[in-house]
Amino acid sequence: MYKYSEFDDAFLAQRNAQFRAQVERRIAGNLTEDEFKPLRLMNGLYLQLHAYMLRVAIPYGTLNSVQMRQLALLAQKWDKGYGHFTTRQNIQYNWPKLRDVPDMLDSLAEVGMHAIQTSGNTIRNVTADHFAGAAADEYLDPRPYAELVRQWSTDHPEYQFLGRKFKVAVSGSTHDRAVIRAHDIGLQVVEKDGRTGFTVLVGGGLGRTPMIGKVIREFLPEHDLLPYLEAVLSVYNTFGRRDNKYKARIKILVHETGIDEIRARVEERFVETRAEFSDAAMDVLAEIREHFAAPAFSRRSLAPFESAYTNDPVFRSWVDTNIAEHKADGHAIVTISLKAPGATPGDATAAQMRLMADLAEAYSHDELRISHEQNVILPHVHKADLPAIHAALKDGGLATANIGLISDIIACPGMDYCALATARSIPIAQEIATRFDELKLEHDIGELKIKISGCINACGHHHVAHIGILGLDRAGVENYQITLGGEADENAAIGTRTGPGFSADEIVPAIERIVDAYLTLRKGPAETFLQTYKRLGMDPFKAALYEEAKADAA
Amino acid sequence: MSRVSRPFTPKVVTANDLLEGDVIYLTEDDTWTRRLASAEVIEDEAHAQLRLLHAERQPAVAVGPYLADVSMGPNGPEPTHFREDFRRTGPSNYHHGKQEVSTHV
Ligand code: HEM
Ligand code: SF4
Repeated sequence: MYKYSEFDDAFLAQRNAQFRAQVERRIAGNLTEDEFKPLRLMNGLYLQLHAYMLRVAIPYGTLNSVQMRQLALLAQKWDKGYGHFTTRQNIQYNWPKLRDVPDMLDSLAEVGMHAIQTSGNTIRNVTADHFAGAAADEYLDPRPYAELVRQWSTDHPEYQFLGRKFKVAVSGSTHDRAVIRAHDIGLQVVEKDGRTGFTVLVGGGLGRTPMIGKVIREFLPEHDLLPYLEAVLSVYNTFGRRDNKYKARIKILVHETGIDEIRARVEERFVETRAEFSDAAMDVLAEIREHFAAPAFSRRSLAPFESAYTNDPVFRSWVDTNIAEHKADGHAIVTISLKAPGATPGDATAAQMRLMADLAEAYSHDELRISHEQNVILPHVHKADLPAIHAALKDGGLATANIGLISDIIACPGMDYCALATARSIPIAQEIATRFDELKLEHDIGELKIKISGCINACGHHHVAHIGILGLDRAGVENYQITLGGEADENAAIGTRTGPGFSADEIVPAIERIVDAYLTLRKGPAETFLQTYKRLGMDPFKAALYEEAKADAA
Repeated sequence: MSRVSRPFTPKVVTANDLLEGDVIYLTEDDTWTRRLASAEVIEDEAHAQLRLLHAERQPAVAVGPYLADVSMGPNGPEPTHFREDFRRTGPSNYHHGKQEVSTHV
C-alpha cells in the first residue's frame, strides 16, 4: 500500500494548520462567509441542510486497517457514530461541528488521509476498480497510475481553478467496474504488442447532461500518461466554457466541438507537453509500484471452505452472491454489503468499521476497498478463512447476501441531507429493499441494479442503472422519474425515461410492476433483466408501468 | 396592461448556525431560535427585507440567511414546502437532528 513520504506529511500538516487558522478567523469574525466558503470547500467541508458535512477522500478506494479504525474513531468522537461511503470512494460525515473539523483533519493526517480536492473545480479524488490488484480478469493493477495522477494533480497550481470539477477513473480490466465511461477522463490499462499503456476515454459524465466517454486515444504508451493528461487539461482549460456552469464540464466541450477536433488539439498540445516532461515521473512510478506489490498469497487446504459450503446453506448463499474470483489460487474477493434491507445504503457504524478493519488485518493482508457501489471489500482472502469471516460478519449485521441484486441499491444522500436535493433518495432505497426482502424474490430476480439520485446532479448514478430513479420536486411534492436500460460497465449506456413520474407512495409499487413484467417476460431464469429489456425494448415495461396503474385506479 | 403583484405570503428568516451548522430562525426579539414555532412570522414585504438585512449583518451567527414561506397553523408557523419541513425536523432515515431533542424541549 502507498505510504506518504515526509514531504506529503509536511504538506498535510501545513495545510491543516492553515485551515485551523482560517476556522479561527471565521469564528472570530475576521473572515466573511463569502471568503471562508471556498477555503472550507477546498478542505472538503460543506454546509448541508442540517449540519456541516466533511468529505474525506479514500484514494482509489484503498484503505488499511489502521485507516479504517481512524475513520471509526472520527465517526464516534465527532459525529453520530457512523459514516457514509459514497459513489466517489469518499466517506462523508454528516454531523461535524465547525470547531471540531481541524481536529478531525489532524486525526486523518495521522493515518495519511485528508479531504483535499474532494470539492471545488479541481481534479478530484482519482477512483479505481475496487477489485484492483485482486480480480482474476485483471491485466494490471491500475492503482499505481491513480497514485501517480494523484501526486501530479494534488495542489497543482494550474488546476486549482478549472472551469469545473474534473474526475478521473482507472481500471486494469476489460470488464469495467469503475464506471470509467462516466468520468471526465477514463483510463483503461491495456497491453499492445507487448507494451503497457492505456486506452484513454474523455468526456463522460452524469449530471443534467449525461454523456458516455469517447475514445480519444486507442493506445497511449505508459510513459506518456502525465504529458498526455496535461495536454487534455490544457485544451480543456483553454477551450472549455466558463460562461455557464452547466456547460463547463469537458463533456460539453467534447460534445460541442466533436471528438475528432478535440483529439487533434490534444495531439498538437501533446507534442509540447511531452517535450517539457522529464522522465522522472517514470522513476516515481517505479517507486510507487513497490508499494502496491501483491501480497504473498498462502497455499492452504480448502477443506474448511468446502465443508462449510456443503453444509451451511446461509454461508453458501452468501458465497454465491458476495464472493468474486481472485487472481491467486485458493483466494477470493469478499464484498461486504452495506445494504441490509431497510438500512441506509453506504452507511457503516463505528463498530462495523472496526469489525471490518479487524477482518482485513486478520484475513485480507490488511487491505480494504470501498466500492463506488457503496460497499466494502476484503480483496485478498484465502477461501479457507471464509467461514470465519462470514460468522464474524453475521455477528456484526454485515452478512447480507445481496451483491448485484435488487436490494444492493446505490442512493445519494438526497433531501435527507443534501442542500441541492429536490427529493429524498434514502427512504425510497430502504422501502424497495425492504419490499423485495419480504417478497423473497430477490435471488430469483437475479442481477438488477437500481440507482437513485435526489436531483438532476445524478450523484447516485441513476442514468447508468438498469432501473434508475430520479427524485424531483413537482409543484412542491416529491416525484420520481424512472429510467430503464442504463449500464455502468464496458457497455455503458444512458437509461431511457419511461414517461411521467410517480409520487413517493407510488414509486415502490411502480418498481414492483416493472420487476413483475420482467419475471413474466424473461425467457428463463438465466436471462437477466437487462437482457430481457434489450430483447423486448421499452414497450412491454411501459405497458406494465402505466396501463396497470390506470387499471388499478379505475 | 396591468401589473399584477403577487400577494405577500407569510415568511420567516432562516439560516444555518455558524458553529453547529444546524437550522436557526430569527425571532421577534432579535434572537435566534432552533424551533420554527418560535420564529417571527413576517407579514409584509418591506418588513421582510429589513429582517433579512438584519440577519445578513450577523455573519458570526447566521450562515446563508433567506426568507422561507410558512403558513399559520394552530401551533404557530408551519412549513409550506417539504424541504423546510425536513429542515425543521431532521433526516428521515435516523432520529437525528432537531427531532432528536425536540421531545424534551
Ligand atoms: C454536499 C453534497 C453534494 C453536492 C453539493 C454535490 C454536487 C454535485 C453536483 C453539482 C454535480 C453535477 C456536476 C456537473 O454536472 O457538472 C454532482 C455530480 C456527481 N456527484 Fe455530487 N454532490 C454531493 C454529494 C455527492 C455524493 C454523496 C456522492 C456520492 C455518493 C456524489 C457523487 C457524484 C457523482 C458520481 C456525480 C456525477 C458524475 C459527474 O460528475 O458527472 N456527490 N454532484
Ligand atoms: S444527486 Fe442531488 S440530491 Fe443527490 S447528493 Fe447529488 S446533489 Fe445531492
